[in-house]
Amino acid sequence: MGQVKKYIVGCFDDEKVLFPAVKKVRAAGYKIQDVYTPMPIHGLDHALGMRETSLHTAGFIYGITGTTTALTCMSWVFTSDWPLNIGGKPHLPLPAFIPITFELTVLFAAVGMVLTFCYLCQLAPFVKKHHFHERATDDLMVMVIECTERTNEEEVKAMLNSNGAVEVNVQEAPVGWWLGRYDRPSKLFKTREVAY
Amino acid sequence: MIREQFEMTGRYKQWAYALIGTGVLSLILGYVFLKPGEGTNSFGETKYWAVLMHNSIFFLLIAIASMFFISATTMAMGGWQTAMRRVPEAISGFVYVGGAIALAVLLGYIYMSHNTAIYHWKDTEHVAHDKILNGKKGFLNTTFYTVATILVIGTWMALRAWYRKNSLAEDAGQTGDRSYFWRSLTICAAFIVVYGLTVGSTTPWLWLMSIDAHWFSTMYSWYTFASSWVAGLSLIMLFIVYLKNKGYLEYVNEEHIHDVGKFIFAFSIFWTYLWFSQYMLIWYSNQPEETVYFQPRLLGPYRGIFFLNLIINFVAPILILMKRSSKRNYATVTFMSVVLIFGHWLDFYQMIMPGPLKGEVNGGNSAGLFIFDMGVAAGFIGLLMLIVGNKLTKASLLPKNHPFVKESIVHHT
Repeated sequence: MGQVKKYIVGCFDDEKVLFPAVKKVRAAGYKIQDVYTPMPIHGLDHALGMRETSLHTAGFIYGITGTTTALTCMSWVFTSDWPLNIGGKPHLPLPAFIPITFELTVLFAAVGMVLTFCYLCQLAPFVKKHHFHERATDDLMVMVIECTERTNEEEVKAMLNSNGAVEVNVQEAPVGWWLGRYDRPSKLFKTREVAY
Repeated sequence: MIREQFEMTGRYKQWAYALIGTGVLSLILGYVFLKPGEGTNSFGETKYWAVLMHNSIFFLLIAIASMFFISATTMAMGGWQTAMRRVPEAISGFVYVGGAIALAVLLGYIYMSHNTAIYHWKDTEHVAHDKILNGKKGFLNTTFYTVATILVIGTWMALRAWYRKNSLAEDAGQTGDRSYFWRSLTICAAFIVVYGLTVGSTTPWLWLMSIDAHWFSTMYSWYTFASSWVAGLSLIMLFIVYLKNKGYLEYVNEEHIHDVGKFIFAFSIFWTYLWFSQYMLIWYSNQPEETVYFQPRLLGPYRGIFFLNLIINFVAPILILMKRSSKRNYATVTFMSVVLIFGHWLDFYQMIMPGPLKGEVNGGNSAGLFIFDMGVAAGFIGLLMLIVGNKLTKASLLPKNHPFVKESIVHHT
């Protein structure tokens, strides 16, 4: 905590300019941290080379947990803890358990996925996030490239400028929140290729 | 230049004719061995009519489900399916032949046969001293049945013909002419109303629920609709995959397959929801006049089919189709489509057969007669293949003047 990192920020006002720029920056070997956009842009996640989210796998696991919780809890209550004769039905009436099992599955999956989503996006009450550009919520697409000691700042800035960025600057931002996801060292694309 | 003109290959036709041959042979052999001519209400006669009814109703309903697919997506302004909409359009073309066969079978049973084991409300003498059936006499009588059946099948045919005519006129018309599209909205709106009033409510009551005439369920039509709708979507999927395999439908890719797969997955769950709602309420209240429906199915000889039905139509799709990657995989969706069409055929089987044939599944000769059931179904599949293949050759596979073509080509889930 308390660490500060340096980023090169390029702003674009047209997604037709943004896509080729993303391709060129990646081809030149720089890793784009993220592109902040005012609206969802189809295909940008593919262009950035982001992996598929595993949120749905998490959701499945939460759902299964809910199913198991409901079934074990109810069958324990109605068979061994407090057996009741309800309308002469058996003590383990599976059809009667299904609606509650379904509800609990949905509840666990929904709440679990919302919390996981907040964790993945580093969202929580009272967490302050650095805004790279205020117009990212209005009309600018803001591309953020993280600098390491090997990054040639001037070269990156020149490349962004020549690819149609309307505004280029360098910013320093504090990293991390509770778990410090920004702290992970990010290797440069170029050096990684050389290393292999 | 894309390949937009489908041509039936020799192998495709051979398969279709072979399957039709199997069906005809099954009907002949069934006639020879079941001896339906011998004795009114004999096992053979009841079984023969029940098999004809089961298959003609099932295949008619899954063909008309395609027309519902077109109508629903058109009304929702869903552009994604435009590149493949000629496939459901062609499948809905089965409504003429399928409808004629169903009409012949149903009215044939009403007027040509003296059998009363399937529709025992047909027996006016029995109805006279049956309090419940006497109360339902206004609805369950041969005149109403005949008029309703002719009207329902006739309206389906007419609306399908109107839609197809407009769709082909759009192809021949000018690019950018939206008038055809607006007219298709009118046709589809009319069809949705008709579909809701027929498959969504009255038709399954008349054709299927009246087999167990003393019993009723308010979920029944929805349940039948869900069953035919999942099977209909699976049929659309099979034809898309077949055409893709042959190198047609170049603009259709795994994005579209994924969306049809989502439909199949979601409506399999919907089917289960209706199945369960119907079952649980009857199980819970436990009243003899309601549980009579589940007695032969759950506790009687149809127990195996009852649970197999649930496994095929619920457990299989929820486990196999849940993952995103399996809905985008041609092999998985093909496998699941075949399984689900069979599963819902079996669902219709357990709706129809236990009513008239309560004692033992197929009178004790279950394996042998199940082959007869499958043989007749094979005949219908062959007929469906031949007619749908023929309809596919009649028009370009891409409705090129449709306003949503571009949206469909760039579709991305």
